[in-house]
Amino acid sequence: MTGLAATHELAWSSDVEEAAIRPMWHPGRLFWPIVAVLGLIVLGAFVAFGYQFLEGLWVAGYSDRSFYGIYEANLVAFIGVSYGGALVSAVLRLTGAHWRAPITRMAEVMALVSLLVGASFAIVHLGRPDRILNLITSPNPSSPILWDFTAITTYLLATVMFVYLPLVPDLARVRDRFPAGSVRRRIYGLAAISWADVPEQRRRLEWAVGIIAVLIIPLAVSVHSVLAWTFSMTTRPGWHSTIFGPYFVVGALYSGVALVVLIVAAFRRAYHLERFVGPRHLLLLSRIMAALGLVYLYFTFAELLTGGYARTKDEVSVLSALLEGPFAPAFWAFMVGGLFVPIALVALPTRRRSGALIAAAALVVVGMWLKRLLIVLPTATAPLIDDTWGAISITWVPALITLAATVAIPLGMIVLFRFVPLLAIDEVEQEQARWAAQEARP
Amino acid sequence: MSDLPATGLQPSDVPLVSRRLSRRALLGSAAAVAGSAAVAPLFLHLDKLIPTTSAAAVAANSPIRHRWVMVFDLRLCDGCGKCTTACQKTHYLEPDQTWMKVYELKDASGGQFFMPRLCMQCADPPCLRVCPVGATFKNRDGVVLINQDTCIGCRLCMSACPYEARYFNWSEPTNKPLLPTTPTPEFPSPQRRGTVGKCTFCVHHTERGELPACVTGCPMEVIWIGDLQADVATNGVKTVRLSTFLAENDAVRYKDELNTGPQVYYILGHGQDLGF
Repeated sequence: MTGLAATHELAWSSDVEEAAIRPMWHPGRLFWPIVAVLGLIVLGAFVAFGYQFLEGLWVAGYSDRSFYGIYEANLVAFIGVSYGGALVSAVLRLTGAHWRAPITRMAEVMALVSLLVGASFAIVHLGRPDRILNLITSPNPSSPILWDFTAITTYLLATVMFVYLPLVPDLARVRDRFPAGSVRRRIYGLAAISWADVPEQRRRLEWAVGIIAVLIIPLAVSVHSVLAWTFSMTTRPGWHSTIFGPYFVVGALYSGVALVVLIVAAFRRAYHLERFVGPRHLLLLSRIMAALGLVYLYFTFAELLTGGYARTKDEVSVLSALLEGPFAPAFWAFMVGGLFVPIALVALPTRRRSGALIAAAALVVVGMWLKRLLIVLPTATAPLIDDTWGAISITWVPALITLAATVAIPLGMIVLFRFVPLLAIDEVEQEQARWAAQEARP
Repeated sequence: MSDLPATGLQPSDVPLVSRRLSRRALLGSAAAVAGSAAVAPLFLHLDKLIPTTSAAAVAANSPIRHRWVMVFDLRLCDGCGKCTTACQKTHYLEPDQTWMKVYELKDASGGQFFMPRLCMQCADPPCLRVCPVGATFKNRDGVVLINQDTCIGCRLCMSACPYEARYFNWSEPTNKPLLPTTPTPEFPSPQRRGTVGKCTFCVHHTERGELPACVTGCPMEVIWIGDLQADVATNGVKTVRLSTFLAENDAVRYKDELNTGPQVYYILGHGQDLGF
């Protein structure tokens, strides 16, 4: 009852289908201008990538003593936020948190789009992206990158299923809106796999969604552990740490739930979903975010203390660069702006104000991206033999590609919502029915 | 224990491969422990069930012809950098591609000394293990080489190498042989854009009985190329019995504690900090 009571202030009206489907027909006056601007940025990134492909990776500012940088940080950051979307949907589904119904579709689609964007950095960062298929034709199973490749493709497949399966009943409703015999009716009919809302279909669908919701959690854990191991399987100071797997998993969740808060808040306003998504949703999501933030704070402390206390030469050199050297301003900016302030904004009594929660989530998303740079750069530029640090330079090419990747998430989402309903109509209606039944009871 | 057979020619007081447990052996024992735990009552004496091969039998069947090592006599190195120049000329490298690099370091008392560094040709190379497409491999003489036609440029090998020995081709190479050549792992010139390169121990020279470019390029007689299989080494001027040379001069291997089995020895003598 608590979950529902929490969302009591929302008048879940019966026109959920209208609200969810409206963007498919009437996306709003701003749709095309926004698609044009964001699309141009993404197009620019493709041009930049083409230039980098022809010229070589030097145009991205890399060098032998600075061999990993912004692309690798982006790979971790963007795939990381994908995990948050999957978690909100899967964990809340499995734990029977009923308030999740209006936000699951947005969270799931965000998980899919950001995963596609994130995984593309695995190609962008390569010296020879044209040879990516060598991973299939001449694989070396002992390489962490092959584990990455396997884990990410498996997780992608699971995410597609995780988005698609709950969509089936909604796709059937869209199908039924088109006149018989029309092309679109046939396409949606194909996608809706003969859904007719009979009890047997419903039973099977619930079973399948349950299975995939259970599967996607260990899969996402594996993706982030393996991404972490790509770094920690080396003997490099700052990376060679046993906590890296779980550290990356928690970081992914923390940043991902923060992005779900931002997406839900933005789409709530843009698509006028105030009747379905309330401040209460933002608050509940923010609490999950803050709890994960506390775990991340603890892991950060544990990681740095263990490395710093033993005081091996290389470890100290990287650690002091981070805590008091050239990386210190960015590191402390993250500690304050990415951990303490957002957690405080959620924990303090001002929390009733959605604005503060949205600001907290934005700080976490930006802060965690910065943190990924702070994981990659100090170690990738640290000297292993003498005292000469590698020079860091971030040029317009990765800057533009990173900007494009960022805007590609909302762009991909609003374009997808031209084709699929924005809310999980079927699930929201079930919750409405459940709620009405409980209300009717004395 | 290692892929290096006991040939009887190895100097007994210089460990070729660390006697500590290798990772492979460790994982193997872990698997054995896990497996035996499941059927513990039946296999309490598991070790007796595993057949062992004598070292002599391994040596007789070994395809290994040579076991190349390099020795650097740091007592003589004045940091002139001619080895680097010779290496870059032979391999048509860019100026910042210092496959053979001379580091300027400080010893314990603050004095300056020079340490040339090339690829250590590790017996258990971390770079080889992490390559996702098997572009890094060991040839039958134990030299670690790169197939630049396979390399996808992920740079994980650069991350894994504890010796900063690998260099990426961030742009199209400008230095090329005058006549068109087809780069091979043994003679990867010209280098290929978007792939990783490193010291090959000049196998294109040693194959023909010639000395590596850095050995002939060194005017101070610092650099020795040796063959553990034949137990001989030369710096181009003198020839010595390798095992005696290493033992008498207390040769050490850099970062030996990382257990990668580097095949490069250093002879110290100026009171250098044995951070080695």
